[in-house]
Amino acid sequence: MKIAAVLIGLCGALALQTAISGLLAGGAIGVNLVLVAVVYLALAYGAVTGVLAGTIGGLAQDALAGGIVGIGGLSKTLVGFVVGVLGSQFNLSTTLPRMVMFVAATFVHELVFEGLHAMIGGRHFVLHYSTTLVQALANGLIGVLAFLVVENGPGALQRRRTSRSSLSRRRF
Amino acid sequence: MLDIRKRTGYLFLAMVVAQVILVSAQVQTKKGTRLLQAVTFEVFSRFEFTTAAAAGRTRNLWSNYVGLRGAKAENDVLKRRVADLEVQLQQEHALATRSQRLQALLDLKSQATVPTLAAEVIAGNPDPVLRTVTINRGSSDGVVADMAVIAPAGVVGRVLGPVARHAARVQLLIDRNAAAGAMTERTRAGGMIVGADAKPPLRMELVSSLADVKVGDAVVASGVDGIYPKGYTIGRVESVDRGTGLELAIGVKPGVDFSSLEEVLVVMTPPRSATRDEDVK
Repeated sequence: MKIAAVLIGLCGALALQTAISGLLAGGAIGVNLVLVAVVYLALAYGAVTGVLAGTIGGLAQDALAGGIVGIGGLSKTLVGFVVGVLGSQFNLSTTLPRMVMFVAATFVHELVFEGLHAMIGGRHFVLHYSTTLVQALANGLIGVLAFLVVENGPGALQRRRTSRSSLSRRRF
Repeated sequence: MLDIRKRTGYLFLAMVVAQVILVSAQVQTKKGTRLLQAVTFEVFSRFEFTTAAAAGRTRNLWSNYVGLRGAKAENDVLKRRVADLEVQLQQEHALATRSQRLQALLDLKSQATVPTLAAEVIAGNPDPVLRTVTINRGSSDGVVADMAVIAPAGVVGRVLGPVARHAARVQLLIDRNAAAGAMTERTRAGGMIVGADAKPPLRMELVSSLADVKVGDAVVASGVDGIYPKGYTIGRVESVDRGTGLELAIGVKPGVDFSSLEEVLVVMTPPRSATRDEDVK
C-alpha cells in the first residue's frame, strides 16, 4: 500500500510538474512538485520512504530534465532523509510546522542542488533568494493543501460517515 | 527504533554514494577524462601499485629462496660447464696455433725452391742423450735417409736410416753427433755446425780466426755437405771467442725452437751421396 502510494504520488507529481512547467514557463512562480511529493512522503511515512522517494523522484526528474543525472536525486535524497528524520523526532502534524518544513526543505534542496551544480558542473554558485522564497512558499502551500486534502478528503468523509452510522446504531 | 534509524542511515549512505558515483560517471575533469574514471583509475592505480610492490617483494623473496635452494646444484653445473669451456677454449687455441704453424709451413713450402713434403712430428726420442724425433712420413712417401728436414724457422735436421714404411727418425741439428756445412750470411765465412750439450746448443767450428764474424750474424747452410739446401737458416751467432788458436769458437743459437717442433718439411731432393750411388749403379 505504502509502495503504491509512493509510486502514485511520485508519478502524479512528475506528470503534473511536466504539465504545469509549460504553463508557467517564463513565470516567476516555479513550483517543484516532485520535491513537494518527496517532503510529503517523508513526513507521512518516515525517513526510509523519504530517502527512497527522494532518490527515485530526483533521478526521474533529472532524467527527464536532461542534465546531469544524480544531482537532483542527491539533493532530494538528502531532503527526504532530513525531513523524514525530523518528522519522526518532532510533532509535525499541524499545518504551520508542515509549512515550515516545506519551505525549509525547498531552501535546503536549492542550496544543495545549486552547490552540487557549482561543484560539478563548473558554474558559479547563484541562489536567488526571492525566487527561492516564492518557490518555497508555493511548495509549502501545495504541500499543506495536499495534507489537508488527504486528511480531510474522501477518505476522511467516509471515515466520518462510518463513525456517525455506528453512533446512531447505539441505543442509549 | 534504534534499529530503524541505523537502517535508514545505511540506506541514506548507500543512496548518496550510489548517486555520487552516478554523477561522477557523467562529469568530466579539466583534462577531458570522466571524473569517475579518473578517480577510479587513481584509486586503483595506487592499489595496483601497492599490490604490485607487495607481489614483487614476495616474488623476489621466493625467487631468492628458490635460488638459494638451487644455488649449489647450479653452481656445480656451472663449474663443470666452465671447466668444459676452458678445455674447449684451450683446444680452440691449440687449433688456432696449429693453423698458424701450418700456414707458416705452407708459406715456406710455396717459397721453397726444392720439392718438399710436409710431415708431422709424432714422437720424440726416449733417450735424452740423443736428439731425434719421429715423423709420420716414410719410404712409402719417398723419404730416404739423409734427406734434410726443415721448418719455417730454419734447418731442423736430417732423416736417419733405416726409414720405415710410414715413419722416419730425424736427427736434430742439436744432436751431439749432428753436423752441417754452414757459413755466415754477412761475410760468407764457412765452417761446420755441430750439436753441443751446452748453451747455446750449436757450435760453429772450423772457422778461421781471421774471419769476420760478429755476434748476431745469421748462420745459414752452405750446402757443402750435400744434405742441407744452401741458404736455409740455421741460427744466429750468439758468442764469438777468438781465443789463441787458429779457429774461432763460435756459439750459435738455433733458429728453430726444437722443444716445440710439431710440423716440418722433408726436402725431397735426395742427398748428393745417394745420387752419386744411384749414378754409379
